Amino acid sequence: MKAFFASVRKEFLHIFRDKRTILIVMIMPVVQIVLFGFAVSTEVNRARVAVCGEISDLQVRRITDRIDKNRYLEITEILSTPEEIEGLFRRNEADAAVCFERNFSSGLTGSGGASVRIIGDGSDPNTARMITSYISGVIQDAGQDASISLSGEKAASMTPSVQLMYNPAMKSSYNFVPGVMGLILMLICSMMTAVSIVKEKETGTLELLLVSPVRPLWVILSKLMPYLLLSAGNFASILLLSHYVMEVPINGSLALLSLVALIFVVTSLAMGILVSVISSSQRTAMLICGMGLTMPTMIFSGIIFPCESMPLVLQWFSDIIPAKWFIIMAKKIMIQGAGFASIIKELTILTGMAVFLLAVSIRSFKTRL
Amino acid sequence: MNAIEINGISKSYGQVRAVSDVSLKVEDGEIFGLIGPDGAGKTTLFRIMTTLMLADAGNGKICGLDIVKDYFRIRKIIGYMPGKFSLYQDLSVKENLEFFATLFGTTVRENYGTIKEIYSQIEPFADRKAGKLSGGMKQKLALCCALVHKPSVLFLDEPTTGVDAVSRKDFWSMLQRIRESGVTVFVSTPYMDEAAMCDRLSMIRDGKIIGTGTPEKIVSDYPYGLLSVKGSKMYPLLKALREIDGVISCFSFGDSHHLAYDTSKTDLETILARAREAGFADCTAETATPGIEDCFMQLSGN
Repeated sequence: MKAFFASVRKEFLHIFRDKRTILIVMIMPVVQIVLFGFAVSTEVNRARVAVCGEISDLQVRRITDRIDKNRYLEITEILSTPEEIEGLFRRNEADAAVCFERNFSSGLTGSGGASVRIIGDGSDPNTARMITSYISGVIQDAGQDASISLSGEKAASMTPSVQLMYNPAMKSSYNFVPGVMGLILMLICSMMTAVSIVKEKETGTLELLLVSPVRPLWVILSKLMPYLLLSAGNFASILLLSHYVMEVPINGSLALLSLVALIFVVTSLAMGILVSVISSSQRTAMLICGMGLTMPTMIFSGIIFPCESMPLVLQWFSDIIPAKWFIIMAKKIMIQGAGFASIIKELTILTGMAVFLLAVSIRSFKTRL
Repeated sequence: MNAIEINGISKSYGQVRAVSDVSLKVEDGEIFGLIGPDGAGKTTLFRIMTTLMLADAGNGKICGLDIVKDYFRIRKIIGYMPGKFSLYQDLSVKENLEFFATLFGTTVRENYGTIKEIYSQIEPFADRKAGKLSGGMKQKLALCCALVHKPSVLFLDEPTTGVDAVSRKDFWSMLQRIRESGVTVFVSTPYMDEAAMCDRLSMIRDGKIIGTGTPEKIVSDYPYGLLSVKGSKMYPLLKALREIDGVISCFSFGDSHHLAYDTSKTDLETILARAREAGFADCTAETATPGIEDCFMQLSGN
């Protein structure tokens, strides 16, 4: 037991003396969260809208005001002719334009109705679709109000009201925070463990550890401890950041979330040991972790691409990625506030993976060179 | 009881036969040397004896314990210093030593007596990182770490490779004192001149043991006459000498050539006369006492 604690202490000394690594490990989650949160955001924020029409027209002015008041949209330009729109897009001075026809108000009261055209930039189709749908929503609302004020009664019409139960504001952070959490926990646990064991292989110190009367199992366990603690620190920092900066709720039980994270961390540590068994140099270990663990996790865990829209074979493949199950559970607990009963299937799968990988990795760790 | 006893050990890496049919007996409390050039299979043999590797064939015992079955008990009673410096470079001298002491279930203080003499030389640098030590000090630290748990058998794989001549001499006198404290020392080296420091030695080449015995016995078994020949044109001289009748072998040895000859067929005068006939007028020769290197060359030629 004494030998075990001495090894754990030694492992911590290694980590704390390697300032660069510890810096990367502690800062990486912060950078990733901030990057995903602000830079890689798919949300539309303060889209620039140009208006083309007679601003002296009462209805035109009303709709323009409404657009400007919307928190996602902003009027930046009033144009007199539609020909100017293209120039605006080319100079990247507007994201969308709204064109009102001549005599808009009288057209609205007349029998033919009035027409309004929404033009989006469209070079980024996703953003354009979102902006134009925001604008058309605003115009629809305005049109209804206008018809009520004109006829005095509400015309019979049907408007579907769409509500997203757990993410009403459609914040992308609700999706990527659990994703980034899974990615980082896996990266730290598997890559750092693999590298730290392989490093001892490279320097020859593993030879000395093996010749000592300490059981290999304890050698491995002592190497895992620091990374377990580091990932706990990362888990906390990601949660704090996402809760207070990204405003992602933690609706479910924090204890349950921590338990799920712990099981996931154990799975990742076991994968790290497996990588260290098959690689003979630190570079190989890094490559295997990067190409063999991180990339499949990014692609198949549903962080970027939804698993449901993948071909069936790839969906099966995604089932063996532990991060997928962790992310599903993290989302359920954090966003939906789900309890133990509703994650029992995923939890069983992940625990099974953890037990299996841990058993295989400890068995495959050689007591000889 | 023999401290080390191995029989018919063989080990191959794929097609390459690293060690073939090696048998050794090392008595309790002696310094046993394994002498051989790089790639002779020394490190492989060390790894098999220290239970780090399994042999393809053969068996062995360390202090009466089987190297395969009782590997775990063997690990408690041996000290091993690999050829490559294998301590934690980012830990200080003291931390390294304490770590290895704890690993073997002991403390530095408890066994301070065992390592005192060596450790006192590096103790002034106790807080220095192991990676920042000089070569000689690294070697002393590694020896301390291998000795800190009072092993019965100490395995040293090429401990003096890459160490300066003065430190090498120091190191061998340390080994003598370690032996006096009752530890069996099994040491390998590529340097023939260190062979005389061992109580007994084995010479290994291409994975095979080519000779075993005390340094004196190996030297006295040398079957030929030996000459040290010098001349102005050394390389042509070497080729010419090899052509002379009765000359068994000739190789360059420092600033002269060592020439082995069959004493029943020829002698110094004849050889010298032949060399002068061949055009090496300034060539001189004198009788030399064979060293371990001469014996090694002779044995590996067979």
